Amino acid sequence: MSGTVETLLYLAAICGKLSLLSFGGAVSVLPELQREVVINHHWLSARDFSALYALCQASPGPNVLIYALIGWRLAGLAGVLTCTIMTFAPTALLTAVALKGWNHYQHHPWRQRIQTGLAPVTVGLIAAAAVLLSRSTADSWPLAGIVALSALLAIKTRLHPLYILLGSALIGLLC
Amino acid sequence: MTTPTNIRSHSDEETRPPVNPDCRELFTGFFKLGISAFGGAMPLAHRILIEERAWLTHDEFVDQLGLCQFLPGSNVANLAVALGGRFCGWRGALSALAGLVITPTVIVVALSTLYARYQNDPLAHRLFNGLACAAAGLLIQMAYKLLRPIIRRPRKIALAAACCVAIASLRLPLVMTLAIMVPISIAVSGRDGSGQ
Repeated sequence: MSGTVETLLYLAAICGKLSLLSFGGAVSVLPELQREVVINHHWLSARDFSALYALCQASPGPNVLIYALIGWRLAGLAGVLTCTIMTFAPTALLTAVALKGWNHYQHHPWRQRIQTGLAPVTVGLIAAAAVLLSRSTADSWPLAGIVALSALLAIKTRLHPLYILLGSALIGLLC
Repeated sequence: MTTPTNIRSHSDEETRPPVNPDCRELFTGFFKLGISAFGGAMPLAHRILIEERAWLTHDEFVDQLGLCQFLPGSNVANLAVALGGRFCGWRGALSALAGLVITPTVIVVALSTLYARYQNDPLAHRLFNGLACAAAGLLIQMAYKLLRPIIRRPRKIALAAACCVAIASLRLPLVMTLAIMVPISIAVSGRDGSGQ
């Protein structure tokens, strides 16, 4: 029992921290979440982590559901609730507070500077997420091919992501 | 910047009197957004919240979006809090967020239970492998989309590459990476934007 409580506390701390650090959306902290869950705590394998993220992509809703899913996997309902609350509460409070000051500072030069300054960092973090997830899923040539094909279709066509997920799952069956 | 491309009849949205939703409408509006958003909710958010429900004008939406993208966290969740709070205070924020999150959470947990049950079945295993590959591919596309606007700026590319290597290859902790890279990035490239 105390093991569960300890897990919940760790989960709460991880979700809260990552939520407040996820500049540019939830995907930018995906590598850090993977580092915590896979490398630091050995809660999941890299492959399982990728599979859970894939499930989030295949279901409706924001990508942040990965936190709730990891909570579910490790601690059931209590895990889902802990992770959901700790993922949304800190940023919700921040948004509520920022809302008041936003109109005032919106056109200040320093805000523009921070925003343009953060952009390359966000790009780097999301690229890192792409690298890590590709590395843990594409461990054979056919699978690497599916990754490349999905990326290409997503970039070059306006195909709905759901079709890309569906098509890849079907090609996966043949591999 | 991230304005959706499929904006219809821009000008008559400007003149249409905005509708003020109550908590229940906030819940149902974001519920609809949550359950119909696959891989990126923002273009859909524009369609549902502005074109269908007329809660705010296009310009107000872009303005709110700027804040929600600037702050950490899920952009759509921030939008739910910002709009809910604007119309109905903290109750509105909670209603919108709950509408957005609860049902998708139940769906994804149900899917993961299926995954846990069948992951050792060879056929299901291959199916999930394919799915994970597509998810990785979609992440590559997201990185590519963000990379394109800065592709001709060598300093920004170098900064992005340094972050990517620090996180993906060296596996440095995020806090440390951000503590080093964010100040450098703001000092080096923050000027780029305003000087354009």
